[in-house]
Amino acid sequence: MRVRAGLDLQLKMLEDEVVVLGGMVEKSIARALDALTRRDLEASEQVVREDDYIDSKRFEIEEKCIDIIATQQPMAGDLRTVVTILHVIVELERMGDYAEGIARISLLMGNEPTLKPLIDIPRMADKATRMLHRSLDALMNRDTVTALQVCNADDEVDALYDQVYRELLLFMIEDPKVIQRATYLLWVAHDVERIADRATNIAERVVYLVTGKMQEINVSKY
Amino acid sequence: METGIRIAMEGQGPPEPVSRREETGSVKLKTIGLNVRYGGALALKGVDLNVPANRVTAIIGPSGCGKSTLIRCFNRMNDLIADARVEGQVLFNDMDVYAPGVDPTEIRYRIGMVFQRPNPFPKSVYDNTAFGPRVNGFRGDLDELVQSSLQRAALWEEVKDRLKKNALTLSGGQQQRLCIARALAVDPEVILMDEPCSSLDPIATLAIEDLIRSLSGQYTIIIVTHNMQQAARVSDETVFLTAGTDGAGFVVEHGNTRQLFTNPTDERTEAYITGRFG
Repeated sequence: MRVRAGLDLQLKMLEDEVVVLGGMVEKSIARALDALTRRDLEASEQVVREDDYIDSKRFEIEEKCIDIIATQQPMAGDLRTVVTILHVIVELERMGDYAEGIARISLLMGNEPTLKPLIDIPRMADKATRMLHRSLDALMNRDTVTALQVCNADDEVDALYDQVYRELLLFMIEDPKVIQRATYLLWVAHDVERIADRATNIAERVVYLVTGKMQEINVSKY
Repeated sequence: METGIRIAMEGQGPPEPVSRREETGSVKLKTIGLNVRYGGALALKGVDLNVPANRVTAIIGPSGCGKSTLIRCFNRMNDLIADARVEGQVLFNDMDVYAPGVDPTEIRYRIGMVFQRPNPFPKSVYDNTAFGPRVNGFRGDLDELVQSSLQRAALWEEVKDRLKKNALTLSGGQQQRLCIARALAVDPEVILMDEPCSSLDPIATLAIEDLIRSLSGQYTIIIVTHNMQQAARVSDETVFLTAGTDGAGFVVEHGNTRQLFTNPTDERTEAYITGRFG
């Protein structure tokens, strides 16, 4: 008989659920950006509504972690797995909140078009989403190399954010009437930048899971 | 006899407690190339271990890996087993406890022991606690010594009104704390505990664990336990033993308890503490 087959199965299912939650968050980020770009308020509202699913999924996973701690007393690698998942789901849930934040900004903008065609912000979002995706791959594969790459990729998102910030500042200086519309976009860029930061947090947890070492790997500029 | 023990035992009353003067963490007990055989069978092999002073060291490992055999070497309890043979060195305060001329009875005063099942004498609570000091010819205030020993064992409040009652009327957990009080009464430097909670209920177990924590810092404690959560809760350092294919136990990993239970360095330790083996 294999010892602790039950715990192995519980941990495997827990990780699968983290992937599901990650997928929900990825989709939410993509939809929020898409709705903003297309100025589809209905779709933005849907992103806001559906964030509740992300929140409840997070609590569901958290409760399962607590159950495992209470009933299985995980040790060593098992303990690090449960602790890592507890942290990762918080990061994912917060990313979901940023997506919701972007959708709310879109709603605030109402029927107005965006100040300028969105180019760099979607690029930032693509990179951030890829970081998120890869951080979860690193988690599933216990892959510290990928985790470190995710942390380093944050610099690219920061650089794009810099660029967006400068550009919007120029708009504001040239014409103070656009300050409000420029600020909306700045908020969106900031939300995306924070999503990337949260992906690096997940990657740092992967390093902890594998090595037992807690460390901040790439401190974001923002 | 040229041993630190003889000197320590001279004079009246309990000897000056050597351990209290020691820096916590310095080496109190040490084994060098320790092998133990029962008849022809090797039970422990090549154990090199440093046990820090005034800390709690837990010994964990699967059944039959030699945990009890190991702690019984420290106070020569294996002498009582006819065909047990000990090779290598066991040093207590840098003195070889197996050197010719060392009296094992004296060693056992300095290195007390608490067993799996509480084993009070069929005497009163008072007489149980006073037993060791009386045998030792203690001439100080016995009442005071009994009280302080029972207090240190966190039992005084529960028994102060029935000191003359037979110890066997106490609950299992109380009896075990009485056995600890009895060991403390002769002011040992080291206390060996061989599964001290295995016959106790969870509440009595937690009381003993609290007691162990409160004694650390003053006494060097070595506890053998099957309960890994217990090892994690009470100890500063943990030693993981396992048995090889030849049946002989050996040390796999010895380290800081927190580190060992969250991120062990040896995969055999990981397999054991996560319950995948043993």
